[in-house]
Amino acid sequence: MEQDAIGDLKRDYINRLLVEKKRMDGRGPDDVRQIGVETNVVTSAAGSARVKWGETEVLVGVMVEQGTPFPDTPDRGVLVTNAELIPMASPFFESGPPRPESIELARVVDRGIREAKTIDLSTLCVTPKEKVYICYVDMHVLDFGGNLFDPCCLGAMMALNTATVPAKKFGLGEDFKLKVDHYPISCTSVKVHDGLLVDPGLDEERVAEARLTVTTDENGDVRAMQKGLSGKLTFEQVKTMIQASQRVGRELRAKFGLGA
Amino acid sequence: MGGTASTHKLIRDDGKRYDGRAVDELRPITIQAGVLKRADGSAYVTWGDNKVLAAVYGPREVHPRHLQNPARAIVQARYNMASFSVSERKRPGPDRRSQEISKIISEAFEAVVFVEQFPRTTVDVFIEVLQADAGTRCAGLTAASVALADAGVPMRDLIPACASGKVENTVVCDLNKEEDNCGEADLPMAIIPRTGEFLLLQMDGHFTYDELMQAMEYNIKALNHIYQLQKEALRKKYATVQLEEPFVLPKREEPAPGPEVDLNREEPVEPPEAPGPTGAPAEMDRDSQGGA
Repeated sequence: MEQDAIGDLKRDYINRLLVEKKRMDGRGPDDVRQIGVETNVVTSAAGSARVKWGETEVLVGVMVEQGTPFPDTPDRGVLVTNAELIPMASPFFESGPPRPESIELARVVDRGIREAKTIDLSTLCVTPKEKVYICYVDMHVLDFGGNLFDPCCLGAMMALNTATVPAKKFGLGEDFKLKVDHYPISCTSVKVHDGLLVDPGLDEERVAEARLTVTTDENGDVRAMQKGLSGKLTFEQVKTMIQASQRVGRELRAKFGLGA
Repeated sequence: MGGTASTHKLIRDDGKRYDGRAVDELRPITIQAGVLKRADGSAYVTWGDNKVLAAVYGPREVHPRHLQNPARAIVQARYNMASFSVSERKRPGPDRRSQEISKIISEAFEAVVFVEQFPRTTVDVFIEVLQADAGTRCAGLTAASVALADAGVPMRDLIPACASGKVENTVVCDLNKEEDNCGEADLPMAIIPRTGEFLLLQMDGHFTYDELMQAMEYNIKALNHIYQLQKEALRKKYATVQLEEPFVLPKREEPAPGPEVDLNREEPVEPPEAPGPTGAPAEMDRDSQGGA
Protein backbone atom coordinates (compact mmCIF):
# COMPACT_ATOMS: atom_id res chain seq x y z
CA MET A 1 0.00 0.00 0.00
CA GLU A 2 1.37 3.33 -0.97
CA GLN A 3 1.70 5.80 1.88
CA ASP A 4 2.78 9.07 0.27
CA ALA A 5 0.59 12.03 -0.75
CA ILE A 6 0.42 11.01 -4.42
CA GLY A 7 -0.78 7.61 -3.30
CA ASP A 8 -3.48 9.17 -1.14
CA LEU A 9 -4.65 11.36 -4.02
CA LYS A 10 -4.78 8.40 -6.36
CA ARG A 11 -6.60 6.33 -3.81
CA ASP A 12 -9.21 9.07 -3.41
CA TYR A 13 -9.55 9.38 -7.16
CA ILE A 14 -9.90 5.63 -7.68
CA ASN A 15 -12.46 5.43 -4.85
CA ARG A 16 -14.48 8.34 -6.21
CA LEU A 17 -14.57 6.80 -9.68
CA LEU A 18 -15.55 3.44 -8.26
CA VAL A 19 -18.67 4.92 -6.66
CA GLU A 20 -19.84 5.64 -10.22
CA LYS A 21 -18.63 2.19 -11.35
CA LYS A 22 -15.82 3.75 -13.38
CA ARG A 23 -12.06 3.32 -13.50
CA MET A 24 -9.08 5.50 -14.42
CA ASP A 25 -8.63 3.91 -17.83
CA GLY A 26 -12.32 3.97 -18.72
CA ARG A 27 -13.05 0.34 -17.85
CA GLY A 28 -15.91 -0.87 -15.70
CA PRO A 29 -15.00 -2.55 -12.37
CA ASP A 30 -15.42 -6.07 -13.81
CA ASP A 31 -13.64 -5.50 -17.12
CA VAL A 32 -10.33 -7.06 -18.07
CA ARG A 33 -7.91 -4.99 -20.13
CA GLN A 34 -7.16 -5.55 -23.83
CA ILE A 35 -5.14 -8.72 -24.32
CA GLY A 36 -2.93 -9.67 -27.22
CA VAL A 37 -0.97 -12.91 -27.47
CA GLU A 38 1.72 -13.83 -29.95
CA THR A 39 3.13 -17.37 -29.80
CA ASN A 40 6.45 -18.87 -30.90
CA VAL A 41 8.22 -15.55 -30.78
CA VAL A 42 11.55 -17.03 -29.68
CA THR A 43 12.84 -19.80 -31.92
CA SER A 44 15.53 -20.96 -29.49
CA ALA A 45 12.84 -21.98 -26.99
CA ALA A 46 10.72 -25.12 -27.21
CA GLY A 47 7.68 -22.89 -26.93
CA SER A 48 7.10 -19.24 -26.18
CA ALA A 49 4.42 -16.61 -25.87
CA ARG A 50 4.45 -12.86 -25.61
CA VAL A 51 1.45 -11.48 -23.81
CA LYS A 52 0.42 -7.85 -23.91
CA TRP A 53 -2.19 -7.35 -21.23
CA GLY A 54 -3.11 -3.69 -21.02
CA GLU A 55 0.12 -1.93 -20.13
CA THR A 56 1.71 -5.11 -18.82
CA GLU A 57 3.89 -7.19 -21.04
CA VAL A 58 5.42 -10.58 -20.32
CA LEU A 59 7.41 -13.05 -22.35
CA VAL A 60 7.22 -16.71 -21.38
CA GLY A 61 9.68 -19.25 -22.69
CA VAL A 62 9.44 -23.01 -22.29
CA MET A 63 12.67 -24.97 -22.40
CA VAL A 64 12.78 -28.77 -22.33
CA GLU A 65 15.87 -30.58 -21.11
CA GLN A 66 16.57 -34.13 -20.09
CA GLY A 67 17.30 -35.16 -16.53
CA THR A 68 16.56 -37.67 -13.82
CA PRO A 69 13.10 -37.97 -12.23
CA PHE A 70 12.39 -37.35 -8.58
CA PRO A 71 12.72 -40.62 -6.64
CA ASP A 72 9.08 -40.60 -5.52
CA THR A 73 7.73 -40.00 -9.05
CA PRO A 74 10.04 -42.21 -11.15
CA ASP A 75 7.70 -42.37 -14.13
CA ARG A 76 6.88 -38.70 -14.43
CA GLY A 77 8.62 -35.74 -15.99
CA VAL A 78 9.30 -32.56 -14.08
CA LEU A 79 7.69 -29.14 -14.41
CA VAL A 80 9.64 -26.16 -13.07
CA THR A 81 8.21 -22.66 -13.05
CA ASN A 82 10.23 -19.53 -12.52
CA ALA A 83 9.51 -15.80 -12.75
CA GLU A 84 12.02 -13.03 -13.34
CA LEU A 85 11.10 -9.49 -12.38
CA ILE A 86 13.88 -7.88 -14.37
CA PRO A 87 14.84 -4.27 -13.56
CA MET A 88 13.98 -3.04 -17.05
CA ALA A 89 10.31 -3.75 -16.38
CA SER A 90 9.78 -1.30 -13.55
CA PRO A 91 11.58 1.24 -11.39
CA PHE A 92 10.51 -0.92 -8.42
CA PHE A 93 12.33 -4.03 -9.61
CA GLU A 94 15.94 -4.59 -8.67
CA SER A 95 18.43 -7.14 -9.83
CA GLY A 96 19.66 -9.77 -7.43
CA PRO A 97 18.35 -12.98 -5.96
CA PRO A 98 14.62 -13.65 -6.32
CA ARG A 99 12.46 -11.72 -3.89
CA PRO A 100 9.35 -13.07 -2.20
CA GLU A 101 7.22 -11.27 -4.83
CA SER A 102 8.68 -13.18 -7.75
CA ILE A 103 8.68 -16.45 -5.81
CA GLU A 104 5.01 -15.97 -5.00
CA LEU A 105 4.22 -15.12 -8.64
CA ALA A 106 5.98 -18.22 -9.94
CA ARG A 107 4.45 -20.50 -7.35
CA VAL A 108 0.90 -19.24 -7.86
CA VAL A 109 1.17 -19.70 -11.65
CA ASP A 110 2.76 -23.10 -11.05
CA ARG A 111 -0.06 -24.22 -8.76
CA GLY A 112 -2.69 -23.31 -11.33
CA ILE A 113 -0.93 -25.19 -14.13
CA ARG A 114 0.06 -28.16 -12.01
CA GLU A 115 -3.25 -28.63 -10.22
CA ALA A 116 -5.29 -28.29 -13.41
CA LYS A 117 -3.20 -31.19 -14.77
CA THR A 118 -2.40 -29.05 -17.82
CA ILE A 119 0.43 -31.38 -18.79
CA ASP A 120 0.25 -35.10 -18.11
CA LEU A 121 3.75 -35.45 -16.72
CA SER A 122 3.85 -39.17 -17.51
CA THR A 123 4.11 -38.18 -21.20
CA LEU A 124 7.48 -36.63 -20.31
CA CYS A 125 8.97 -39.90 -19.09
CA VAL A 126 11.66 -41.49 -21.26
CA THR A 127 12.95 -44.34 -19.06
CA PRO A 128 11.33 -44.75 -15.63
CA LYS A 129 13.70 -44.04 -12.73
CA GLU A 130 16.41 -42.95 -15.15
CA LYS A 131 15.52 -40.37 -17.71
CA VAL A 132 12.69 -37.89 -18.04
CA TYR A 133 12.14 -34.54 -19.69
CA ILE A 134 12.31 -31.50 -17.46
CA CYS A 135 10.03 -28.75 -18.65
CA TYR A 136 11.08 -25.28 -17.52
CA VAL A 137 8.53 -22.48 -17.77
CA ASP A 138 10.38 -19.19 -17.43
CA MET A 139 8.31 -16.04 -17.16
CA HIS A 140 10.06 -12.82 -18.04
CA VAL A 141 8.26 -9.65 -17.08
CA LEU A 142 9.17 -6.98 -19.65
CA ASP A 143 6.86 -4.15 -18.65
CA PHE A 144 5.07 -4.02 -15.31
CA GLY A 145 1.75 -2.23 -15.67
CA GLY A 146 -0.08 -3.99 -12.85
CA ASN A 147 -1.40 -7.52 -12.30
CA LEU A 148 1.37 -9.93 -13.19
CA PHE A 149 -0.36 -13.16 -12.16
CA ASP A 150 -2.87 -13.32 -14.98
CA PRO A 151 -0.63 -12.35 -17.93
CA CYS A 152 2.02 -14.78 -16.67
CA CYS A 153 -0.51 -17.60 -16.28
CA LEU A 154 -1.93 -17.00 -19.75
CA GLY A 155 1.57 -16.70 -21.20
CA ALA A 156 2.66 -19.94 -19.55
CA MET A 157 -0.48 -21.64 -20.84
CA MET A 158 0.02 -20.40 -24.41
CA ALA A 159 3.75 -21.17 -24.42
CA LEU A 160 3.10 -24.74 -23.25
CA ASN A 161 0.32 -25.05 -25.82
CA THR A 162 2.74 -24.34 -28.67
CA ALA A 163 5.79 -26.15 -27.29
CA THR A 164 7.62 -28.92 -29.10
CA VAL A 165 9.74 -31.39 -27.15
CA PRO A 166 13.11 -31.48 -28.93
CA ALA A 167 13.59 -35.25 -28.61
CA LYS A 168 15.84 -35.42 -31.66
CA LYS A 169 18.38 -33.09 -30.04
CA PHE A 170 18.85 -35.67 -27.27
CA GLY A 171 18.84 -38.65 -29.65
CA LEU A 172 15.52 -39.85 -28.28
CA GLY A 173 13.48 -40.14 -31.48
CA GLU A 174 11.37 -37.64 -33.31
CA ASP A 175 10.40 -34.26 -31.90
CA PHE A 176 6.83 -34.17 -30.63
CA LYS A 177 4.29 -31.57 -29.63
CA LEU A 178 3.79 -31.16 -25.90
CA LYS A 179 0.28 -32.37 -25.14
CA VAL A 180 -1.86 -29.92 -23.23
CA ASP A 181 -4.92 -31.51 -21.59
CA HIS A 182 -6.45 -28.65 -19.62
CA TYR A 183 -6.62 -24.89 -19.83
CA PRO A 184 -6.37 -23.11 -16.48
CA ILE A 185 -6.92 -19.37 -16.55
CA SER A 186 -6.22 -17.16 -13.57
CA CYS A 187 -8.04 -13.98 -12.69
CA THR A 188 -6.92 -11.52 -10.05
CA SER A 189 -9.18 -9.02 -8.30
CA VAL A 190 -8.27 -6.44 -5.70
CA LYS A 191 -10.18 -4.69 -2.97
CA VAL A 192 -9.85 -0.92 -2.97
CA HIS A 193 -11.64 0.75 -0.11
CA ASP A 194 -14.91 -1.18 -0.25
CA GLY A 195 -15.05 -1.86 -3.96
CA LEU A 196 -13.68 -4.73 -6.00
CA LEU A 197 -11.71 -4.30 -9.19
CA VAL A 198 -10.99 -7.11 -11.62
CA ASP A 199 -7.53 -7.11 -13.26
CA PRO A 200 -5.99 -4.11 -11.44
CA GLY A 201 -3.81 -1.63 -13.31
CA LEU A 202 -0.58 -0.35 -11.82
CA ASP A 203 -2.10 2.51 -9.80
CA GLU A 204 -5.00 0.38 -8.67
CA GLU A 205 -2.65 -2.35 -7.53
CA ARG A 206 -0.53 0.16 -5.62
CA VAL A 207 -3.45 1.42 -3.59
CA ALA A 208 -5.12 -1.99 -3.21
CA GLU A 209 -5.70 -3.35 0.28
CA ALA A 210 -6.17 -7.02 -0.54
CA ARG A 211 -5.74 -9.16 -3.60
CA LEU A 212 -7.13 -12.54 -4.57
CA THR A 213 -5.97 -14.66 -7.50
CA VAL A 214 -8.29 -17.50 -8.49
CA THR A 215 -7.38 -20.04 -11.17
CA THR A 216 -10.22 -21.96 -12.79
CA ASP A 217 -10.33 -24.76 -15.33
CA GLU A 218 -12.59 -25.18 -18.35
CA ASN A 219 -15.37 -26.59 -16.13
CA GLY A 220 -15.29 -23.52 -13.93
CA ASP A 221 -13.82 -25.58 -11.09
CA VAL A 222 -11.29 -23.86 -8.87
CA ARG A 223 -7.73 -25.18 -9.11
CA ALA A 224 -5.71 -22.62 -7.17
CA MET A 225 -6.19 -19.54 -5.05
CA GLN A 226 -3.89 -17.08 -3.38
CA LYS A 227 -4.74 -14.10 -1.26
CA GLY A 228 -2.14 -11.38 -1.07
CA LEU A 229 -1.51 -8.03 0.63
CA SER A 230 -2.32 -7.18 4.22
CA GLY A 231 -5.97 -6.23 3.85
CA LYS A 232 -9.09 -8.15 4.79
CA LEU A 233 -11.74 -9.74 2.59
CA THR A 234 -15.27 -10.65 3.58
CA PHE A 235 -16.77 -14.01 2.63
CA GLU A 236 -19.06 -12.21 0.17
CA GLN A 237 -16.10 -10.48 -1.47
CA VAL A 238 -14.26 -13.78 -1.79
CA LYS A 239 -17.30 -15.35 -3.42
CA THR A 240 -17.67 -12.43 -5.85
CA MET A 241 -13.98 -12.72 -6.78
CA ILE A 242 -14.28 -16.46 -7.42
CA GLN A 243 -17.31 -15.91 -9.63
CA ALA A 244 -15.49 -13.13 -11.50
CA SER A 245 -12.66 -15.57 -12.18
CA GLN A 246 -15.07 -18.18 -13.51
CA ARG A 247 -16.54 -15.59 -15.90
CA VAL A 248 -13.18 -14.20 -17.06
CA GLY A 249 -11.87 -17.74 -17.53
CA ARG A 250 -14.81 -18.55 -19.78
CA GLU A 251 -14.33 -15.37 -21.79
CA LEU A 252 -10.60 -15.81 -22.29
CA ARG A 253 -10.84 -19.49 -23.20
CA ALA A 254 -13.43 -18.57 -25.83
CA LYS A 255 -11.32 -15.68 -27.09
CA PHE A 256 -8.17 -17.75 -27.53
CA GLY A 257 -9.88 -20.98 -28.56
CA LEU A 258 -8.62 -22.93 -25.56
CA GLY A 259 -10.40 -26.14 -24.64
CA ALA A 260 -13.18 -25.52 -27.16
CA MET B 1 -1.58 -31.84 -4.25
CA GLY B 2 0.72 -34.79 -4.33
CA GLY B 3 -1.70 -37.01 -6.19
CA THR B 4 0.09 -40.12 -5.01
CA ALA B 5 -2.14 -43.11 -4.39
CA SER B 6 -2.76 -44.05 -0.78
CA THR B 7 -2.04 -47.55 0.43
CA HIS B 8 -5.37 -47.72 2.20
CA LYS B 9 -8.80 -46.17 2.00
CA LEU B 10 -8.87 -42.66 3.41
CA ILE B 11 -12.63 -42.60 3.88
CA ARG B 12 -13.95 -45.71 5.62
CA ASP B 13 -17.22 -47.39 4.77
CA ASP B 14 -18.87 -45.88 7.87
CA GLY B 15 -18.13 -42.39 6.49
CA LYS B 16 -15.37 -41.71 9.02
CA ARG B 17 -11.78 -41.02 8.07
CA TYR B 18 -9.07 -43.64 8.43
CA ASP B 19 -7.82 -42.02 11.66
CA GLY B 20 -11.36 -42.28 13.04
CA ARG B 21 -12.27 -38.61 12.73
CA ALA B 22 -15.58 -37.36 11.36
CA VAL B 23 -15.31 -35.35 8.13
CA ASP B 24 -15.65 -32.05 10.00
CA GLU B 25 -13.49 -33.00 12.98
CA LEU B 26 -10.20 -31.37 13.92
CA ARG B 27 -7.17 -33.25 15.20
CA PRO B 28 -6.42 -32.75 18.92
CA ILE B 29 -4.85 -29.34 19.50
CA THR B 30 -2.97 -28.02 22.53
CA ILE B 31 -1.69 -24.47 22.87
CA GLN B 32 0.68 -23.19 25.51
CA ALA B 33 1.60 -19.51 25.85
CA GLY B 34 4.92 -18.14 27.12
CA VAL B 35 7.24 -21.09 26.75
CA LEU B 36 10.50 -19.27 25.98
CA LYS B 37 12.41 -16.98 28.33
CA ARG B 38 14.32 -14.77 25.91
CA ALA B 39 11.55 -13.90 23.48
CA ASP B 40 9.07 -11.10 24.20
CA GLY B 41 6.31 -13.57 23.55
CA SER B 42 6.09 -17.21 22.61
CA ALA B 43 3.76 -20.14 22.16
CA TYR B 44 3.94 -23.86 21.54
CA VAL B 45 1.28 -25.67 19.59
CA THR B 46 0.77 -29.37 19.10
CA TRP B 47 -1.79 -30.16 16.46
CA GLY B 48 -2.17 -33.84 15.68
CA ASP B 49 1.43 -34.84 15.06
CA ASN B 50 2.53 -31.29 14.32
CA LYS B 51 4.79 -29.60 16.84
CA VAL B 52 5.31 -25.91 16.23
CA LEU B 53 7.04 -23.23 18.24
CA ALA B 54 6.53 -19.50 17.70
CA ALA B 55 8.41 -16.55 19.16
CA VAL B 56 7.93 -12.81 18.86
CA TYR B 57 10.50 -10.04 19.27
CA GLY B 58 9.52 -6.41 19.10
CA PRO B 59 8.43 -3.87 18.21
CA ARG B 60 12.14 -3.21 17.77
CA GLU B 61 14.52 -1.39 15.46
CA VAL B 62 14.50 -2.45 11.83
CA HIS B 63 17.64 -3.86 10.25
CA PRO B 64 18.45 -3.20 7.48
CA ARG B 65 17.39 0.42 7.87
CA HIS B 66 15.93 0.81 4.38
CA LEU B 67 13.08 -1.52 5.33
CA GLN B 68 11.87 1.02 7.89
CA ASN B 69 8.48 2.53 7.29
CA PRO B 70 8.20 6.04 8.75
CA ALA B 71 4.43 5.69 9.06
CA ARG B 72 4.08 2.30 10.69
CA ALA B 73 5.65 -0.90 11.94
CA ILE B 74 6.40 -3.77 9.62
CA VAL B 75 5.74 -7.38 10.52
CA GLN B 76 8.43 -9.80 9.43
CA ALA B 77 7.46 -13.43 9.84
CA ARG B 78 9.93 -16.22 9.24
CA TYR B 79 8.44 -19.65 8.77
CA ASN B 80 11.08 -22.34 8.98
CA MET B 81 10.99 -26.12 9.00
CA ALA B 82 13.59 -27.93 11.03
CA SER B 83 15.63 -30.31 8.90
CA PHE B 84 14.42 -33.22 11.04
CA SER B 85 10.75 -32.23 10.99
CA VAL B 86 9.98 -34.43 8.00
CA SER B 87 10.86 -38.06 7.34
CA GLU B 88 13.36 -37.21 4.59
CA ARG B 89 15.81 -34.62 5.86
CA LYS B 90 14.94 -31.16 4.62
CA ARG B 91 17.87 -29.10 3.54
CA PRO B 92 18.16 -26.32 6.16
CA GLY B 93 17.45 -22.72 5.30
CA PRO B 94 14.70 -20.94 3.44
CA ASP B 95 13.41 -22.57 0.28
CA ARG B 96 10.87 -21.08 -2.09
CA ARG B 97 7.96 -22.67 -0.29
CA SER B 98 8.91 -21.30 3.11
CA GLN B 99 9.62 -17.85 1.65
CA GLU B 100 6.14 -17.74 0.17
CA ILE B 101 4.58 -18.88 3.44
CA SER B 102 6.59 -16.29 5.37
CA LYS B 103 5.30 -13.60 3.03
CA ILE B 104 1.63 -14.43 3.38
CA ILE B 105 1.88 -14.88 7.16
CA SER B 106 3.57 -11.47 7.46
CA GLU B 107 0.76 -9.94 5.43
CA ALA B 108 -1.89 -11.60 7.56
CA PHE B 109 -0.41 -10.20 10.78
CA GLU B 110 0.03 -6.70 9.36
CA ALA B 111 -3.74 -6.60 9.07
CA VAL B 112 -4.34 -7.17 12.80
CA VAL B 113 -1.36 -5.60 14.56
CA PHE B 114 -1.85 -1.89 15.27
CA VAL B 115 1.16 -1.13 13.10
CA GLU B 116 0.47 2.60 13.00
CA GLN B 117 1.31 2.82 16.74
CA PHE B 118 4.94 1.82 16.18
CA PRO B 119 6.43 3.73 13.24
CA ARG B 120 9.91 2.72 12.03
CA THR B 121 9.90 -0.57 13.93
CA THR B 122 9.60 -4.22 13.13
CA VAL B 123 7.67 -6.94 14.86
CA ASP B 124 9.61 -10.13 14.19
CA VAL B 125 7.68 -13.38 14.27
CA PHE B 126 9.63 -16.63 14.18
CA ILE B 127 7.87 -19.89 13.47
CA GLU B 128 9.79 -23.15 13.81
CA VAL B 129 8.18 -26.35 12.68
CA LEU B 130 9.78 -29.04 14.83
CA GLN B 131 7.66 -31.92 13.60
CA ALA B 132 5.48 -31.73 10.52
CA ASP B 133 2.25 -33.58 9.82
CA ALA B 134 0.42 -31.37 7.29
CA GLY B 135 -1.13 -28.03 8.11
CA THR B 136 2.09 -26.58 9.50
CA ARG B 137 1.49 -23.09 8.13
CA CYS B 138 -1.86 -23.01 9.93
CA ALA B 139 -0.43 -24.41 13.16
CA GLY B 140 2.42 -21.89 12.85
CA LEU B 141 0.10 -18.97 12.31
CA THR B 142 -2.13 -20.08 15.19
CA ALA B 143 0.92 -20.31 17.47
CA ALA B 144 2.41 -17.02 16.29
CA SER B 145 -0.85 -15.23 17.00
CA VAL B 146 -0.78 -16.41 20.62
CA ALA B 147 2.90 -15.45 20.84
CA LEU B 148 2.08 -11.92 19.63
CA ALA B 149 -0.58 -11.59 22.32
CA ASP B 150 1.85 -13.03 24.86
CA ALA B 151 4.37 -10.36 23.82
CA GLY B 152 1.75 -7.70 24.49
CA VAL B 153 1.72 -6.47 20.92
CA PRO B 154 -1.57 -4.58 20.46
CA MET B 155 -3.78 -6.41 17.98
CA ARG B 156 -7.33 -6.19 16.69
CA ASP B 157 -7.88 -9.89 17.31
CA LEU B 158 -6.19 -13.26 17.54
CA ILE B 159 -5.92 -15.11 14.25
CA PRO B 160 -6.73 -18.81 14.10
CA ALA B 161 -5.83 -20.75 10.95
CA CYS B 162 -6.92 -24.11 9.58
CA ALA B 163 -6.80 -26.06 6.31
CA SER B 164 -9.66 -28.14 4.97
CA GLY B 165 -9.48 -30.14 1.81
CA LYS B 166 -10.81 -33.00 -0.23
CA VAL B 167 -9.95 -36.69 -0.11
CA GLU B 168 -11.59 -39.41 -2.17
CA ASN B 169 -14.14 -36.89 -3.41
CA THR B 170 -15.17 -35.98 0.14
CA VAL B 171 -14.65 -32.55 1.65
CA VAL B 172 -12.89 -32.94 5.00
CA CYS B 173 -11.66 -30.63 7.72
CA ASP B 174 -8.01 -30.37 8.80
CA LEU B 175 -6.03 -32.70 6.53
CA ASN B 176 -3.36 -34.88 8.08
CA LYS B 177 -0.18 -35.89 6.26
CA GLU B 178 -1.62 -38.90 4.48
CA GLU B 179 -4.72 -36.98 3.44
CA ASP B 180 -2.60 -34.04 2.30
CA ASN B 181 -0.30 -36.23 0.20
CA CYS B 182 -3.03 -38.31 -1.36
CA GLY B 183 -5.88 -35.82 -1.35
CA GLU B 184 -7.35 -33.83 -4.19
CA ALA B 185 -7.46 -30.35 -2.69
CA ASP B 186 -6.16 -28.21 0.15
CA LEU B 187 -7.55 -24.90 1.42
CA PRO B 188 -5.54 -23.12 4.14
CA MET B 189 -7.44 -20.22 5.63
CA ALA B 190 -7.13 -17.67 8.43
CA ILE B 191 -9.77 -15.21 9.53
CA ILE B 192 -10.48 -12.49 12.07
CA PRO B 193 -13.02 -14.37 14.20
CA ARG B 194 -14.85 -11.28 15.42
CA THR B 195 -15.67 -10.07 11.90
CA GLY B 196 -15.28 -13.21 9.82
CA GLU B 197 -12.92 -11.41 7.44
CA PHE B 198 -10.32 -13.44 5.55
CA LEU B 199 -6.65 -12.75 6.22
CA LEU B 200 -5.07 -15.75 4.61
CA LEU B 201 -6.56 -17.74 1.79
CA GLN B 202 -4.78 -20.24 -0.40
CA MET B 203 -5.97 -23.19 -2.38
CA ASP B 204 -4.55 -25.83 -4.59
CA GLY B 205 -6.07 -28.94 -6.06
CA HIS B 206 -9.50 -29.39 -7.56
CA PHE B 207 -12.72 -28.05 -6.01
CA THR B 208 -16.04 -27.43 -7.62
CA TYR B 209 -17.61 -24.19 -6.47
CA ASP B 210 -19.94 -26.03 -4.07
CA GLU B 211 -17.14 -28.14 -2.61
CA LEU B 212 -15.13 -25.00 -2.08
CA MET B 213 -17.98 -23.39 -0.16
CA GLN B 214 -18.34 -26.55 1.94
CA ALA B 215 -14.62 -26.54 2.74
CA MET B 216 -14.79 -22.88 3.73
CA GLU B 217 -17.71 -23.66 6.02
CA TYR B 218 -15.76 -26.47 7.73
CA ASN B 219 -12.82 -24.10 8.10
CA ILE B 220 -14.89 -21.34 9.66
CA LYS B 221 -16.40 -23.74 12.19
CA ALA B 222 -12.96 -25.11 13.05
CA LEU B 223 -11.46 -21.63 13.28
CA ASN B 224 -13.99 -20.55 15.88
CA HIS B 225 -13.03 -23.57 17.98
CA ILE B 226 -9.29 -22.89 17.61
CA TYR B 227 -9.95 -19.26 18.58
CA GLN B 228 -11.37 -20.46 21.90
CA LEU B 229 -8.28 -22.63 22.48
CA GLN B 230 -6.05 -19.63 21.77
CA LYS B 231 -7.89 -17.50 24.30
CA GLU B 232 -7.81 -20.29 26.88
CA ALA B 233 -4.06 -20.65 26.46
CA LEU B 234 -3.54 -16.96 27.17
CA ARG B 235 -5.96 -16.96 30.07
CA LYS B 236 -4.28 -20.00 31.56
CA LYS B 237 -0.88 -18.36 31.54
CA TYR B 238 -2.10 -15.36 33.51
CA ALA B 239 -4.65 -17.16 35.66
CA THR B 240 -2.14 -19.66 37.02
CA VAL B 241 -0.49 -18.35 40.15
CA GLN B 242 3.16 -19.13 39.79
CA LEU B 243 4.33 -20.23 43.24
CA GLU B 244 7.89 -19.16 43.75
CA GLU B 245 10.07 -22.02 44.87
CA PRO B 246 11.42 -21.18 48.32
CA PHE B 247 15.08 -20.36 48.07
CA VAL B 248 17.18 -23.12 49.53
CA LEU B 249 20.91 -23.10 49.42
CA PRO B 250 21.85 -26.12 47.35
CA LYS B 251 23.74 -28.72 49.29
CA ARG B 252 27.31 -28.93 48.29
CA GLU B 253 27.96 -32.37 47.01
CA GLU B 254 31.31 -34.06 47.04
CA PRO B 255 32.56 -34.30 43.46
CA ALA B 256 32.20 -37.84 42.24
CA PRO B 257 35.54 -39.51 41.69
CA GLY B 258 36.18 -39.20 37.97
CA PRO B 259 38.46 -41.30 35.85
CA GLU B 260 42.14 -40.80 36.51
CA VAL B 261 43.59 -38.26 34.16
CA ASP B 262 47.25 -38.23 33.34
CA LEU B 263 47.99 -34.58 32.81
CA ASN B 264 51.30 -35.32 31.17
CA ARG B 265 49.80 -37.57 28.55
CA GLU B 266 50.10 -36.10 25.07
CA GLU B 267 46.85 -35.57 23.30
CA PRO B 268 46.78 -37.10 19.84
CA VAL B 269 46.79 -34.33 17.28
CA GLU B 270 43.48 -34.18 15.40
CA PRO B 271 43.99 -34.14 11.66
CA PRO B 272 42.66 -30.92 10.09
CA GLU B 273 39.07 -31.35 9.11
CA ALA B 274 38.63 -32.36 5.51
CA PRO B 275 36.80 -29.79 3.43
CA GLY B 276 33.16 -30.68 2.92
CA PRO B 277 31.98 -32.00 -0.40
CA THR B 278 31.65 -29.26 -2.94
CA GLY B 279 29.08 -28.98 -5.65
CA ALA B 280 26.13 -30.23 -3.64
CA PRO B 281 23.32 -31.34 -5.93
CA ALA B 282 21.43 -28.36 -7.25
CA GLU B 283 18.20 -27.83 -5.42
CA MET B 284 15.21 -28.16 -7.62
CA ASP B 285 12.01 -26.42 -6.91
CA ARG B 286 9.42 -29.00 -6.07
CA ASP B 287 6.16 -27.24 -5.95
CA SER B 288 4.21 -30.42 -5.72
CA GLN B 289 6.27 -31.52 -2.78
CA GLY B 290 7.49 -30.24 0.49
CA GLY B 291 5.43 -30.97 3.50
CA ALA B 292 2.20 -29.31 4.28
